[in-house]
Order: sequence, then C-alpha cells, then structure tokens
Amino acid sequence: MKLRPTPVALATVPIAFVGYFFVYPMVTVLLNALTGEAAGGGNPMLTALERPSLVGILWFTTWQAVASTALTLALGLPAAYVFARYQFPGRRTLLAATVVPFVLPTVVTGTAFLALLGPGGPLGVDLRRSVPAILLAHVFANYAVVVRTVATAWEQLDRRVEEAAQTLGANRLRTLIGVTLPLLAPAIASAASIVFLFTFTSFGIILILGGIGLATLEVEIWRQATALLDLGVAAALAVIQLVGVTIALVLYGRTQRRRAVQLVAAPADQRHRPRGRAWLLVGGNLAVAAALIGLPVGMLVVRSVQGSGGWGLTNYAGLATRATDSGLFVAPIEAIANSLRFALVATLIAVMVGMVAAVVVASRSPVARGLDTLVMLPLGTSAVTLGFGFLIALDAPIDLRTSPWLIPIAHALVAVPFVVRSALPVLRRIQQRLRDAAATLGASPRRVFLEVDGPLVGRAVAVGAGFAFAVSLGEFGATSFIARPDAPTLPIAIYRLISRPGEVLFGRAMALAVILMVLTTVAAMAIERLRPGGGGEF
Amino acid sequence: MSPRTILVSVVALAALVIGCGGEDGTDATTATTTATTPTQETVPTTITLLTHDSFLLSETTLASFTEQTGITVELLAGGDAGAMLNQAILTRDNPIADVLFGVDNTFLTRALGEDLFVPYESPALDRVDDGLELDPDHRVTPVDYGDVCVNYDKAALAAAGVEPPETLDDLVDPRYRGMLVVEDPATSSPGLAFLLGTVSAYGDGNGGWRTFWEELSANDVLVTAGWEEAYNGAFSGASDTGDRPLVVSYASSPPAEVFFAETPPEEAPTGSMTAGCFRQIEFAGILRGTDHEAEAGQLIDFMLSDTFQEDIPLNMFVFPVVDGVALPEVFVEHAAPVDEPLTLPPDEIDANRERWIQEWTDLLR
Repeated sequence: MKLRPTPVALATVPIAFVGYFFVYPMVTVLLNALTGEAAGGGNPMLTALERPSLVGILWFTTWQAVASTALTLALGLPAAYVFARYQFPGRRTLLAATVVPFVLPTVVTGTAFLALLGPGGPLGVDLRRSVPAILLAHVFANYAVVVRTVATAWEQLDRRVEEAAQTLGANRLRTLIGVTLPLLAPAIASAASIVFLFTFTSFGIILILGGIGLATLEVEIWRQATALLDLGVAAALAVIQLVGVTIALVLYGRTQRRRAVQLVAAPADQRHRPRGRAWLLVGGNLAVAAALIGLPVGMLVVRSVQGSGGWGLTNYAGLATRATDSGLFVAPIEAIANSLRFALVATLIAVMVGMVAAVVVASRSPVARGLDTLVMLPLGTSAVTLGFGFLIALDAPIDLRTSPWLIPIAHALVAVPFVVRSALPVLRRIQQRLRDAAATLGASPRRVFLEVDGPLVGRAVAVGAGFAFAVSLGEFGATSFIARPDAPTLPIAIYRLISRPGEVLFGRAMALAVILMVLTTVAAMAIERLRPGGGGEF
Repeated sequence: MSPRTILVSVVALAALVIGCGGEDGTDATTATTTATTPTQETVPTTITLLTHDSFLLSETTLASFTEQTGITVELLAGGDAGAMLNQAILTRDNPIADVLFGVDNTFLTRALGEDLFVPYESPALDRVDDGLELDPDHRVTPVDYGDVCVNYDKAALAAAGVEPPETLDDLVDPRYRGMLVVEDPATSSPGLAFLLGTVSAYGDGNGGWRTFWEELSANDVLVTAGWEEAYNGAFSGASDTGDRPLVVSYASSPPAEVFFAETPPEEAPTGSMTAGCFRQIEFAGILRGTDHEAEAGQLIDFMLSDTFQEDIPLNMFVFPVVDGVALPEVFVEHAAPVDEPLTLPPDEIDANRERWIQEWTDLLR
C-alpha cells in the first residue's frame, strides 16, 4: 500500500489551487487596499474600527447568523429524523426538492418572500422589511443543508444502539439526549458550520428583506466598495469578516475531533412505514417543509405562467428569442447552455481538487486539519473582495482576468468544500481491515484499490459532483463580476431581466427561475440515486 | 445506471461540451460583431469595452461598427456602475479594457480624480448640448442621459380620487399619504439620484432637504433596498402584489411599460412627474494605458453616431445626447419630456455623498 503518494505530496494539489485562486488574490487585494488611504484620508483599518456603526454591524451580523442557524436546526433536525427513519411516498423527490432554495438567486428568493410576506400575500401579515423575514428566508435557503447532512448521519446510526439504551431502561427522551444526539453531534456541527458561514456572510437577503440601515459585514463591504468607492474601508471590513469566519471554522474543527468515535456501519436500510402516532410526526414535518419551501417556490411557478393576457406559457416561449425586447444580448435560453457548460467545468475542477483534498483530510497527516480549514474559507468570504482580488492578482503569467475560465474556477472554489464534505465520511469508513483482508486473500495492491476503494470512492465522487454542479448553477456574486454580457449564466440572466421595467421581462425572469429550479431538482435527484448506503455529510 | 456509467457519461458529456465551446469566450462575443468582413483596407483589431450590467444594444449595432472600421468590440460587464468603476481603478496599471462606458455624473469626480482616462475630443461633440459636457478637458464624453422621476399608477390614483402629483412639495401632502415608495440611497442608484434631486431642490443648509424628508417620512413613505423591490414589488402600476401607486423610477419607465407589455396598450398605464427629476448623464472614456488609442477614439465617435444614438432608447431606456436623433415612436408618445431637470455639480456630490447618505439613514431609520 506504499504505492500511493504521501498525503503531504497530495496536499500540494488543493493547496496550489486554493493558494493561487483564493489566498493570493485575497492577500493582494487586502494588502493593496489596506496600505492605501481610506477615501476620507487616514488609515483604512483604523477608519473602519473607529466607525461608530461597526459595533452594531458586527453584533447584528453575528446574532442573526446564530439565530438563523438555531432556527434552521430547530426545523431541520426533526425533518432529518423523519427522512432518515421513515419510508413514505414521494420521499426521494421531496428530499431532492429541498435543495432548490439553496441555488435560487437571492433576488428571486427576495421577490418570492416579499410577495408572500406582504399584506396581499397568503399569510395576511406584513412582515416585509423585518428581521423575522430575514430569518425565515435564511431557514428557507439552508433547510436542505441541515436536513440532508443530519439525515445521512442518522441513517448510518444503528437503531440497535438506541434500542439497547431503551432496553436498559432509558425513556425515549433520555435516549435522544443521552445517546442519539451525542452520536449525531459531528454531523449537526458540520451542518451548523455551513449554515453559519452562509448566514454570517449573507448579502442579498439582508438587502432585500431587511429595513433601512440593517447591514451585515458583507452588505457593508459591498456598500463601501461599490456605492462609496472606499476600497480601503471595504478591505478592512473584509479582514474583520475573515477573522470571524476563521474563528467559526476553528470551533467547528474542534467538534470534528470527536469523530474518532465512529460507529460501525449500520444495516443498509432501517426505514419503515410510519404507523399510528408516527404519522403525526411525519405529517407535521412534511407540512413544515411544504410551507417553508412549497409556498415561495409555488409563488414563483404561479408568477411564471401569469401574464396580462391570463394564464399561459408565453413567458417560456419568449425565452427563445433575442428580439429587440429580450432585455439581454442573447436569447435568454442561451443562459441555460452557458450555465450547464460552466457547471460541468466547475464540477470537474471541484471534484479533482476536492477529492485529493478529502483524501488528505481523511488521513492522519499533520496537514489534514489545516487543509480542511483552508478549503472551507472561500465559502465564508466576501465575493466582492475576491472578485477585486482576481482583477489585481491574476494578470500574470497568464492574464486570466477577463478569461471565461475564471467563472468555473470561481465556482469550483465554492464547490470544493462540498466535495470534501461529501467524500470524507466514505473515505474515513473504508476500513484498513477490509484492505488487509483482501490482500491476505491474495489480491494485488492494484486489485485492492479497484475492488475495495474504487466502488466506494466512485459513489462519493458522484455525490460531491452533484453538489458542485448545483453550487455552480446557483452562484451569483462572483459571476456577476466576471460574466460577459453575451454569455450570461442563468442567475445573471434572471437578474438582468428582473432589473428592467416591463411585465414581459418580469414574467420571463420568473420562467427562467423555474427552469433553474427544475435543473437543480433533476441534478439533486441524480445525486439521490447515487447516494451510497452511508452517503456524505450532505 | 451504475455510478460508474454516470461518471463516464458525465466526463464524456463534459468533454463534448467543452470541446464545442472551447473558444467560447471569444466565440460568443465576436459572433455578434464579426459576422461581416471589413470593407475597408484596415488592419483587423479587437478592442474591449468595459461597461456595467445595464448596458444593452441591438445585435446589428456593434456589427455595423465592425463593418465600417474593421474593429471588433469585445464586451466586459463589471457588475453595477460602482463595481465597474472599481474594476477600472484597480486595473489602472494594466487595464483590462480600452474604453469604459457608463460612469455617470455621481461618480465622475472620483473617476477623473483617479486619472483613468486620456483626453479625446470627438468631432461629433458639436451636435451635443454643451450642458451635458461636464468635463472641459474631454477626458469623458457624454453618451446618454436619463431622468430619475416619481412615476404614478394612473388607475390607482383615479380609484383613490386624487390627481397625479406634480411637484416634490405635493409628495408631502396628506392626499398622497402612504402612497410613495423610494429606494435606499445607500444601496440603490436611482435612490441616490432622488436624494441628490431633493438636495438640489431644497438645498443643504439648515433644514433644507432634511425637512422635506422628515415630512415625507411623516407622510408614510416606504423605503426598499433596490429598484427591483420598489418597482416590481411595491409599486401597484407594475404588479398585482404592489400596493403603492407612487414610485421613484425613470422618466422612461412609462414607455417601457408600453413596449414590454404582452399586448401594448393605447395609453401607458403609468405616468411620470416632469418636475423634481434628477438628471443622470452617462459618459464614455478612453482608458489610460490602452494600446489602441486611435481605435478607441473611433468607438467614442461611433457612440455619438446616429446608428448608436438611435439604438439607445429601446435598449437602455435612456435618452440620446445628440441633438436631432429621432426618438422611437413609443418614446415620443409615452415619455413626458423633462424640461428643467435637477442637477448638482459632480464635485459637490463627491464631497458630500457619504455624509448625505448617513444623514438620510439617520432620518429615515
């Protein structure tokens, strides 16, 4: 088994990728901006720290992220249990559909929530421009992360352990608190860390659903950089944000050490049909999921088939033409091909880099922990700052600044953490005993890899690839900086259509959003089919 | 399907797609502009135009420029106007483009202060109103202008039994209580323009624009982050869900409502106030450091040609700067001309922007 390169040697691949396309641009832009002057004169870092609003922004950024994460866990954990333990019609499709909100551009999510939470909406209350609206939208967007991560871990948990506890006299609550939750802690922490990163750096949802003056660090970075053109203060805030993200990742890393107490794999399928009172639990959770995801998504579907002339598919038909009135340089439908093309390239890059990184992180190598944190960082970084970093850092040796390749590369940076998280548990579970057994029985090292590692790893690759694909389909922030007007992606095209007056363009934007949702669901269902018995952390 | 089969097919498909789209970056870009061969004896050159994401032209427009000059234009969109300007500033030492389009009067001082542009005085400028040429050194050339005005939903106002407002002062009248939606100047370009308009109208002295906004706030004005939420979400003239009949938008929005209707109505469903409008002028400039200064100049000339100027209204929904350029029918019929727009000197905007936004935020929060 010494045929394979050492973890340290392997680590050069992800370190080179993340180093050149993330660390180098970020360091360059931050140094460049911080060594200059703030727009009003003075040291940018001191200016940022002296701003009276900074404390408020920091406080709001943190508490809304904590609250959003807690709320997502509160709604997601029971659903995870239901998906892990019960078999019911439509289970697979529903699980796949939870991913849809995850990839919707925030301008679309915002539109749906403004309509839903407005006085004319089905809820009959006006929650627009309020913190509850922000929290709800965050739960909507991150529900899938908790449900899928924890459900997978729950599936792996051997029922017999819980049954043993009950045999020994523990009641159900005691079993849950004393046995089940501690065993699930790593998975819950993993999901919570992702949700926290996403909401800590939340941007569009805060802007659209929050009130006047409500800002996260990310919003303030964007405002300083693009509305006030003060790159110095923007960079100083980006540094503060990175510090926060790093603290969160280190805390997360601590919870992962407990992973050492991995259980043996559970029997393949422990799901059964709900009976009696269990139907209440299943039904209740499905109702929550339906309200949380079904209502906003349904709203968009309804809008996409609505026109002044009544109901119909004219909005969809209009996507095929680049007439003078398309609102874009190309027929909107071309955005689908662009998005698919970028997503394929991004997926290939993310899988290659992510799998190598996962192998290293799964090893007991000294670089494992550090690499895990390094590849996670882009997920919690301001897209605006990174976009500016690309511009000043990537002009030599090859000028990549205006290259179309930069789009899938930027997408891959965000997708790599998902590939790593998907592959990690599988890689950790391949037991050395299994390899040794095969070798004892006379298998050559090559044969061991092909027959033992190969099939398991192959499925993990597929799972990670699916996530990378979805992440790329939905990415907006970085893409809007580098996409060409004549090669827009789906989220960009949706945004351009929505930001012009005229009912026809709005209808087409909704139709494109529905197409994006369908593509995402199909991709997610393909992942479902490929999920190995255990699956990844998503 | 087994995972392996799927993986193999994904890789094969990827190879196919990448293979087909290998030259995609240049291919898609040039498709619109190099369809025709140069008719003159010129060396084929490609120049790059950096612009914001609202930039739009008809397919044939840039192609006709290529036909005339042999110069191909590649487009880069750098996000919104502020992000685009930052891109230009950050890449000043090694520019990513030859020409920049889309810096407006609110950002002009900053752009000129960064010394981004080389002067170029286009011969076509003599057909442009002098009032639109804000840089006497011709580092930037005006290309279009638009007016940020309060729009109204005709049907909703009629149902409420009130006449459309005519002046900024009308907006604080109790008759229009709870009717207006505006954009946050901290996050929205039309929102900032409207705030600048009120500074221009009421002054920055004691009280001044602040008094107006206090009264507006008392009259239950609604603030959204962006134009999209205000216009598509809250404004009753554009959607069923909206419940506010007055919105800060553009003088060109009513013709857009006619042009982008499924069945174009006889009369625009919305109207635009012609007073209290702030004028945004968009400029183009040749980026310092370009290797194609002469060709860049030709592109600036082309932007002031009838072909380009006539193409502006129906794509970007702003007005051409060149006198005598024919406006499309839908503009002639449905756009109310703004004769006395509000303006502020770019230097004053640059010096006070952050303070005004902060004071506004404190007032309206």
